[in-house]
Amino acid sequence: MNIFLKILFVLLGLFIVLNWGLIMSGIIRKIIARVGMRRGIKVYQPYINLIKNYSLRSQLTHGVMFYLGPVFRLSGGVGIFLFMPLIYGSEYWSNFSFTGDLILIAYFMFFGMLGMALGAGEGGHPYSGIGVARGLAQFTAVEVPFTLAIIALAIQYKTLSISEIVAAQQGGIMHWTLFTNPLATIAAMLSFLGAMGHSPFNVVMAPQENPIGPPTEYHGTFLGVLQTNRAILHVVEAVLYMNLFFGGAGNWGVLILKSFLIYFWAVFVGMVFPRFRVDQSIPWLLKIPLVSGILAIVLLMIK
Amino acid sequence: MSDKQQNQEDKFLAPENRKHTVIGPEGEEIHVDPLNDYFCQDLPKVEAPYKGILEKFLNWARAESLWVLAFGTGCGSIELPPLFSPRFDAYRFGVAMRPTPRQSGVLIISGYLSVKTLKRVIRSYEQMQNPKYVIALGSCTINGGMYWDSYNTINRLDQYLPVDIYIAGYMPRPESILSGFNKLKERIKNGDAEGANDYAEKLDWYKANQKKIIKDWNMPSYNW
Amino acid sequence: MKEIIDHLKKRFPVYEIGEGPNGVILMSVEAAKLVPMLTSLKTNHGYGILVILSAVDWLEDCKFQLTYIINNPDEKRDLGIRVFIKREDAEMESIHSLWEHAATFQREIKEMFGINFPGSPRVDEPFLLEGWDNLPPMRRDFDTKQYSEDTYFPRPGRETNDPAEYMKQKLYPDE
Repeated sequence: MNIFLKILFVLLGLFIVLNWGLIMSGIIRKIIARVGMRRGIKVYQPYINLIKNYSLRSQLTHGVMFYLGPVFRLSGGVGIFLFMPLIYGSEYWSNFSFTGDLILIAYFMFFGMLGMALGAGEGGHPYSGIGVARGLAQFTAVEVPFTLAIIALAIQYKTLSISEIVAAQQGGIMHWTLFTNPLATIAAMLSFLGAMGHSPFNVVMAPQENPIGPPTEYHGTFLGVLQTNRAILHVVEAVLYMNLFFGGAGNWGVLILKSFLIYFWAVFVGMVFPRFRVDQSIPWLLKIPLVSGILAIVLLMIK
Repeated sequence: MSDKQQNQEDKFLAPENRKHTVIGPEGEEIHVDPLNDYFCQDLPKVEAPYKGILEKFLNWARAESLWVLAFGTGCGSIELPPLFSPRFDAYRFGVAMRPTPRQSGVLIISGYLSVKTLKRVIRSYEQMQNPKYVIALGSCTINGGMYWDSYNTINRLDQYLPVDIYIAGYMPRPESILSGFNKLKERIKNGDAEGANDYAEKLDWYKANQKKIIKDWNMPSYNW
Repeated sequence: MKEIIDHLKKRFPVYEIGEGPNGVILMSVEAAKLVPMLTSLKTNHGYGILVILSAVDWLEDCKFQLTYIINNPDEKRDLGIRVFIKREDAEMESIHSLWEHAATFQREIKEMFGINFPGSPRVDEPFLLEGWDNLPPMRRDFDTKQYSEDTYFPRPGRETNDPAEYMKQKLYPDE
């Protein structure tokens, strides 16, 4: 396919994902409000916040890394997007996926966090440092069961390409990894709770605990970039889990539905359960998710 | 700045903010002047708004997304948490609380201000970015309220900060605060709420008033 | 209760013994004998808690009154001890060695009344008023209204009414 046509479709896909991410966060906050018997924000409130943040008149910086923090974060989110096949079987919507893209995506998930840590550290606010320390510690614990689940999938399907993993799950709901390898799915879906940063695992950015964690000093355009990244990242990570465990998507409608439901899983748990401290969340992630991830691998090795 | 005034300010400086010398790892001496090295000494500039329909659109966005600094000064701050409860639900007006001054655009002065608190309020206000708005609650901020003859509470907030909206009452109930938010929205949409530019323009006057009552001024002249 | 009072009467120059609100026994003692008396009450009679330490300015008598209220948690009983000291260069012995938190009360009294407590920890640091350079504000010769008018830009047009007179005129204009 023509490379320019490819780039055009990638940009179009990024645009769709960004908008869906913003609308989804609006819908989710509306749902949370209705659960709390409130009317809640307007569904398009994330757009207004974004416009407002990008149009702040005065901004200040604390140094070069302070600039680069949000840029690294955004490149982490966009990086995951670039190598993620969105629609199964579509040449146009498979972005730049290749045979080893799963490894690259797992790397990009941590890349943004590290860049943000550097930038927030240069901001110099003590709460940034506390938030960064908690965030990196917790995300390291999140990565362990997730990586075990990925290894289990790689053993099961004998590939590290997301497209091939999706292809192997086609042909009915019973072929999904959810049913063929439930232990890996449990490990990954529990670590997904930690990756999304909703209630049990939101000590990193909770305003009541440490206002407000890494982005304490970020404002205006910096914050706008972070919010843009957040919208992209939430959709793209949900799409990653959809591709790995829930059979991928054949068209955009299925993608939107499945990514919403997967993301809502994290929100649902967040609405029901109160917040973990970081010394509670890390042991929690290293109990059931870790054990089920190891069991998934062991069972596959025995077979 | 005269020497005497300089000495006066040095007297109140915290020890870590005084000029001092640090011995480096290789024995070299590094002279540190924290007020100059750690803080930005620039003064704020007037940021001219755009013209025409673009500014109208941006003002609409600013009005519909008011981020309030979670900072309470007096007894009125107890009226703010109910705003976000199911009964009053300020979120539907685009109002949200932010815990850091960098990200917030609205500062609510909720009640009487002692001189000690005013110093912190000024620091917080100056760390917010242009455009920023000030809402003052209650009669305490208008003319001193029942603390009008106190030795330690200010009488008129508009001498120290540019106030956009006063909400009368002692204390105003959450309904009237919501109505105040809507008034502030109208003001922003009309392009009248230029408090940050006003502050930058008349900075000398505001600073003179502030330094008149804050006698232990131990911070930079403008807290970026 | 009477035993303690009799005991104190024997050992210390107490006078003006009376009963205050809520059954608190009030008594006065000479300033020099205060610390021995408090020590005795704390160690021998179980008055282990310092509830409050406050001051009153008797401008006309040229005196400051310091009130120490101590509490006996076993008998659930309060004892108030008054001390009068002269107003010029007012100085009082510190009791922070008996109760550590007395240092905070003494710091506040130093700032608000100008009564010095030599040896009390951090007694010279500002407590509420940062950079105050006038008379201590709770002294009665400090004119707080005048100070406020000079300093805080009073808004013109403020009216003050005596509430009783005002309501009388409103409700019963004929009388």
